[in-house]
Amino acid sequence: MDLKSNIPEGAISEKWTNHKFNMKLVNPANKRKYTVIVVGTGLAGSSAAASLSELGYNVNAFCFHESPRRAHSIAAQGGINAAKNYCNDGDSVHRLFYDTVKGGDFRSREANVHRLSEISVNIIDQCVAQGVPFARDYGGLLDNRSFGGAQVSRTFYAKGQTGQQLLIGAYQAMMKEVNKGGVTLFTSREMMELVIVDGKAKGIIVRNLRTGKIERHSADAVILATGGYGNAFYLSTNAMACNVTAAWRAHKKGAYFANPCYTQIHPTCIPVHGDHQSKLTLMSESLRNDGRVWVPKKKGDTRDPKDIPENERDYYLERKYPSFGNLVPRDLASRNAKYACDEGKGVGPTGLAVYLDFAAAIERLGENTIRARYGNLFEMYERITGSDPYTSPMSIYPAIHYTMGGLWVDYNLESNIPGLFVLGEANFSDHGANRLGASALMQGLADGYFVIPYTIGNFLADETPGACNADQSEFKEAEQEVINRVNTLLSINGKRTADDFHRELGMLLWDKCGMSRNAEGLKEALEKIPKIREEFWKNLKVPGDSDNLNSSLEKAGRVADFLEFGELMVRDALHREESCGGHFREESQTEEGEALRQDDKFCYVGAWEHKGENKPQELHKEKLEYSAIDLAQRSYK
Amino acid sequence: MSDKINLTLNVWRQKSPKSAGKFEEYEVKDVDVNSSFLEMIDVLNEDLTKKGQDPIEFDHDCREGICGTCGAMVNGRPHGPLKNTTLCQLHMREFKNNETITLEPFRSTSLPIVKDLVVDRSAFDNIIKSGGFISAKTGSGQDANSILIPKPDADDAFNSAQCIGCSACVAACPNASAMLFVAAKVNHLAKLPQGQAERKSRVKNMVLAMDKSGFGNCSNAYECEAACPKGISVANIAAMNKDFMKAGIFS
Repeated sequence: MDLKSNIPEGAISEKWTNHKFNMKLVNPANKRKYTVIVVGTGLAGSSAAASLSELGYNVNAFCFHESPRRAHSIAAQGGINAAKNYCNDGDSVHRLFYDTVKGGDFRSREANVHRLSEISVNIIDQCVAQGVPFARDYGGLLDNRSFGGAQVSRTFYAKGQTGQQLLIGAYQAMMKEVNKGGVTLFTSREMMELVIVDGKAKGIIVRNLRTGKIERHSADAVILATGGYGNAFYLSTNAMACNVTAAWRAHKKGAYFANPCYTQIHPTCIPVHGDHQSKLTLMSESLRNDGRVWVPKKKGDTRDPKDIPENERDYYLERKYPSFGNLVPRDLASRNAKYACDEGKGVGPTGLAVYLDFAAAIERLGENTIRARYGNLFEMYERITGSDPYTSPMSIYPAIHYTMGGLWVDYNLESNIPGLFVLGEANFSDHGANRLGASALMQGLADGYFVIPYTIGNFLADETPGACNADQSEFKEAEQEVINRVNTLLSINGKRTADDFHRELGMLLWDKCGMSRNAEGLKEALEKIPKIREEFWKNLKVPGDSDNLNSSLEKAGRVADFLEFGELMVRDALHREESCGGHFREESQTEEGEALRQDDKFCYVGAWEHKGENKPQELHKEKLEYSAIDLAQRSYK
Repeated sequence: MSDKINLTLNVWRQKSPKSAGKFEEYEVKDVDVNSSFLEMIDVLNEDLTKKGQDPIEFDHDCREGICGTCGAMVNGRPHGPLKNTTLCQLHMREFKNNETITLEPFRSTSLPIVKDLVVDRSAFDNIIKSGGFISAKTGSGQDANSILIPKPDADDAFNSAQCIGCSACVAACPNASAMLFVAAKVNHLAKLPQGQAERKSRVKNMVLAMDKSGFGNCSNAYECEAACPKGISVANIAAMNKDFMKAGIFS
């Protein structure tokens, strides 16, 4: 199948405007005849559900949490970018667009990124109208701060809880529509299967996690806003329940999975403390505004950081990248931390950490200013580690944080399955091979508030409303598949828990397909993953039953999908013989050890098609063309 | 080694909403003091599973203290002994070797038990649904800087808006009142110019929805504030009461 990106004609700055006019509309009186399923209620899902209901569509919104407000968008700390240029520092739609394409290492779709930059300003207006309490200055105007990969201050924030405030805003907008009857909310439901009728996405099968009941739901279109797959690595900054299941089920029903090897490793997380660690905690990138990253110059230096004099410290980011310093993009900051530790200069009990030091900032600005800026983050750090960052530098290390890859979508955010739309982190579209800080919130809300309300109408205008119902054979067959899978998981009765398999897979992926990758390691992982999967289906132990709350059973289903997905991620990483953004292939680097792209061979989106159980996927390519920006090797020096 | 401790856990086990529950005792050995409280339960659950017993169900997700999913009574206190701390952010260094810890779900008739330590908080969603929002349709926003909000008001609104909806306030209250939760949302929106148009209807509808869900009344015990992991002040309740009175008298 050809990959049609459906990018509109015209100059880059006019594409979206023209496209909005050219798309078909659904008459207001007809909108109420259509039903749209939205899976996931994070920023993208909640904002889409609220906006579509406001337009008059019937929306059925599903989430696996007990309340839509629990989605992991809530944990985003630092902020949301918008090209408002309120700081008069030279920002513009074009600069945000340029920074995002460059930050993504020229592997994102130019037209999508420009649209995102245009919409960014509307998002801030919308959120303020909803009552999102952004930080303000004493004149009552909105305040901004800077983030990695940019030389302007365009990040809007609400202390270290920006994601929480934006999600609660979108959640409240959706609950307003629940109250009016336009949105019907289905909580504690996990999507287990996508239903396709005559080649189009027409419904889903869900499991009620409280009662175990398997339910069939039909609609005129299906939207997935189900987040990223970072938990494939077991330890990540994602919430415990984040998973790839909804996206993977859609993939196995025909949706292409794009660029799965593009995973983001966040440079500032609290290091691993021991074997029973369940997750990693992020410390906001905003800390790099005032914190200085360093390691001892001497290998294996175990002195207390306070006893290491200035001239025996290596502030390696400031040394190597003088113009961006500690504010280089995430991939560079992470990789350089790894290099320092690989050289034996890492600190802390495991040697897998570097310092993030606020002493200079405290001396310059005073402890009170630092407390006002980062107080809640410092408290969180102290609570977790028992160490006080006001008096001793933080120890940090990179961790898996975000996934740029996702289901392939065209310009309209529609997958290659007609009627299946994918929003937010779950799609691949806007961040290329590396996402800049404060851009995930921007994309989730752009997709939900300002893109899907237009593009879904263009699809629905040609559909007969209510053409399918959940009693059709396609739904019953999909339901039976789900019941069989649940029963199989419960009946294996082996010796190892799902967590145990997950940990094994995660360590393998982190080791071979993490911050730095090479062909030999990736091939080794490709051999090992099917073996872990084979053992999973023979030796898994799931306690309890299927007719009530059973989180072990939920976990087992998610791990089963990670075990299939992980293999595709490795296959994608092996095929992409270049370094770009978060994907660093050791075979492709500059003399200085920086990522080296191979534009003549790999300037495309790699979209994989499922070809059957235990068969290798087939690669399809969408060539990336840049008309508004010249392809260049990234430099932050 | 001194960084490992042994504990006895006394845990409420209840198979389903309608079945009878009871306490069960578990010995947990060699707990790493740097692990979190929930990681300690993870280890116990892995153990129980391997022994063929049912693991303890407990709600949790982000494990960063922000999603509001986790929470249980630890020795009679919601989220445990540390102030301004959710259960997931409580670490085992706060406990002594050979200590006995009693673990129960948040209890209230309005938040019925689902299983073990998991409770049903859909009553909170119903309260938000009744009025906890500003009706600003997508696309209707004017330029964000055209609304000036004095910094103290913005900060006040933010402080109220920090509520994570965990329901510890209800569990702590002798009357199982949800006043702190409701007041936090009412005040977040009442402090902002954008929230004025619906200010009266909002407070009336939300208080009505709260009463319908069967939550108790406030009798100024201040237990909610002490239990709140986000430090939401009881001053919110007084402010809400004032708004509620005004809404009743002048509408």
